[in-house]
Amino acid sequence: MISILKWLPIHNGVRYPQAEIPCLDGEVFRSSLIDAVADEAHVSAFFGRLSDAGDGVELVAVVACRDDGNFRVARTRITGESFPSLTSACPQVHLFEREIAEQFGLRPEGHPWLKPVRFVKSLRPGHDAWGRAENEPPQIGVTDFYRVEGEEVHEVAVGPVHAGIIEPGHFRFQCHGEQVFHLEISLGYQHRGVERMLRGGPDKRTLHVIETLAGDTTIGHTVAYCRVLEGLSACKVPSQAQGLRGVAQELERLANHTGDLGALAGDIGFLPTSAYCGRLRGDFLNMTAILCGNRFGRGLVRPGGVAYDVDAADLADLLQRMDNTLRDVTNAVNLLWDSPSVMSRFEDTGRVTKETAMEIGLVGPAARASGMECDIRHDFPYGIYRFSQIPVSTGQTGDVFERAYVRWLEIQRSGEFVREQLKMLTGGAIRNVPEPAAPNSFVVSLVEGWRGEICHVGMTDAAGRFATYKVVDPSFHNWMGLSMSMRNQQISDFPLCNKSFGLSYCGHDL
Amino acid sequence: MSQVFMHIFILLLVPPLLLGVIGKTKALFGGRKGPPLLQPYYDLIRLFQKGTVFSTTTTWVFRAGPVVGLATTLLAGMLIPFGGHGAPVSFAGDMILFAYLFALGRFFTASAALDTGSAFEGMGAAREVTFSCLAEPALFFCFLVLAKLSASLSLTTMLSGTCPLGTGVEAPALVLVAASLFVILLVENSRIPFDDPNTHLELTMIHEVMVLDHSGPALGLIQYGAAMKLFVMGSVLLRVVAPFAAPSAWADWGLFILGMLALAVVIGVVESAMARFRMVFVPTFLVAACLLSAFGVILLLR
Repeated sequence: MISILKWLPIHNGVRYPQAEIPCLDGEVFRSSLIDAVADEAHVSAFFGRLSDAGDGVELVAVVACRDDGNFRVARTRITGESFPSLTSACPQVHLFEREIAEQFGLRPEGHPWLKPVRFVKSLRPGHDAWGRAENEPPQIGVTDFYRVEGEEVHEVAVGPVHAGIIEPGHFRFQCHGEQVFHLEISLGYQHRGVERMLRGGPDKRTLHVIETLAGDTTIGHTVAYCRVLEGLSACKVPSQAQGLRGVAQELERLANHTGDLGALAGDIGFLPTSAYCGRLRGDFLNMTAILCGNRFGRGLVRPGGVAYDVDAADLADLLQRMDNTLRDVTNAVNLLWDSPSVMSRFEDTGRVTKETAMEIGLVGPAARASGMECDIRHDFPYGIYRFSQIPVSTGQTGDVFERAYVRWLEIQRSGEFVREQLKMLTGGAIRNVPEPAAPNSFVVSLVEGWRGEICHVGMTDAAGRFATYKVVDPSFHNWMGLSMSMRNQQISDFPLCNKSFGLSYCGHDL
Repeated sequence: MSQVFMHIFILLLVPPLLLGVIGKTKALFGGRKGPPLLQPYYDLIRLFQKGTVFSTTTTWVFRAGPVVGLATTLLAGMLIPFGGHGAPVSFAGDMILFAYLFALGRFFTASAALDTGSAFEGMGAAREVTFSCLAEPALFFCFLVLAKLSASLSLTTMLSGTCPLGTGVEAPALVLVAASLFVILLVENSRIPFDDPNTHLELTMIHEVMVLDHSGPALGLIQYGAAMKLFVMGSVLLRVVAPFAAPSAWADWGLFILGMLALAVVIGVVESAMARFRMVFVPTFLVAACLLSAFGVILLLR
């Protein structure tokens, strides 16, 4: 733990000069990161960027230390074509390292399963971690998959085109009859080049790109982005705006958790909850529409505050709707826990132990269901959550039931929070337009979206433009959790496990 | 003769209505309006007007699947008495033909699924065959009880209502048979809690996944055949549970159709109130159904 002291401690959403990020020697960087993670720290972001001198790549890591409520950041410069992989000592960076390998053509030596993440070309022409020729663009999904050999082992490939209306993703199951030995997930079909588009910003498009990073987490990602900008310009957000952002974030959580519980019921053919929750999700979305005119909250959160205020009539309307909808959700969801046929499906299906969850760095409700007490609103409070705390909802068993039940606990707590906040909104300014961003600075902004920890890192150049903008969606951490939950499960339980994680494809693919 | 035409007429026209009633019942439980009662008919008309796409990897087996599936069901329907009317075709031992007509249909459906070479369809075929080979003994134990009670090997006599439920020493055996037949009905017709006919999740399907590659009229034949199978197996159950006869022949037909619709409502209620079983538990329930009907046999042997 001593070695982590060499890292720069930072706060959520506060600006620091880039020069203050310590540039560590490769070996020190490596051992201190491993030590910190062994001490229950969580790697929130680990990414590469072209160094300012333009002569190589530097790797930046942001580590969340829950015990003292600080983030720590450090970087290391890579001069060669490879660096020693951390994955075997610290499994939660496995996907980050694959991403670095893909984006910068740097080979993490000793990575146990080095494959592309999104099947894109390297940012450094002429450098490729797999030695592919420059004129051969990577074919998405064309890669080696993990195979189990054996007489009675068979492989089932699902996707990228699915029977339902969901996003594209490819799943390879190694099965023995109905039992799954291993599931490998290959994504990248939704890659749009978001981080590339954000470079050189902020400009007129930036906000719209952010709002559509993952359509169901519009508020979460927009709040994270606005906090980066506010941090970079040291802009204070008025209290009315903080309250409205809090309400919007919790409404987003309520809508998605309710929809997910309904979808879980739908997957096992349990109609009453499925039908009612589908409608009630819409009721929560409509409440967001009262705030800003858009059901997914587009156009609400703006740098420096929010774009729309509420009047007394809106507040009364919202409170009334909140009471009615929460009552209906309670009735619909309690049917799940009261039906033995539902509980027999949920319990003991898709279990992820706390040890595994910590090892692979799960976040959000999935992590909390496995017993990890992690919630950005609680551990690194920001905005309104500094003043109004929400208790962390955790479970123990880490199965589908617990992931569903944690959502239910969060629905109740978010409902209470929204009601409380609606009564406390007293009016006043809703926005302070921020100054231009400070040059050569950086801000790390973490927000608890409904899926879990959303991490945005903004680094500006000498002109105050984004030289690097890194987005880590919670799905990036959690897809591996789905793979782990399927070990030794029935293949027919896959849709249920999948829904219990409820992950985003486009948030992962960016 | 008119009764035979009436039998065929009902067998051909009424089955999709059952699906409509089940759908409406489920919609009411879900607080929705639901599709119209006649929606299954509209779906069939729509499918029969479409073109068909055949994968180039498939052979004649793939095309025979839906046709044989429907034809065997139709024949099985001719062996079953509807209401108080005797079956158009009836002979000693027709119950064995009845059971194996369905087996033949299943053989062709599963072969058609394997013919596509798709991993999903193979998986579905394996599941279907596993579950139905457990459902078959249950069905035969049920027939054994009925044969013993009616001292006959012909379905018409077995289901003629000579042994009404709720009276005499045979009542307990018949209750067990009815329970067992209901489980068989749900399994064979891929209803919740054993299978979900409405799911879009390929990995959880049993019957539906086998017909993923069929389209247009072929899919229409399969859906029509599935509705008819539900109707035929339902009418066996109905005759065991409620072997009533109305005074006039026409009233009897009406009573029979009303009884079938009531059965559809019961299936709809079960589907609304329950979630699907975990697939590993399905064989357990089928073995339970076997045991129920086997106990029925034992009760009669005393």
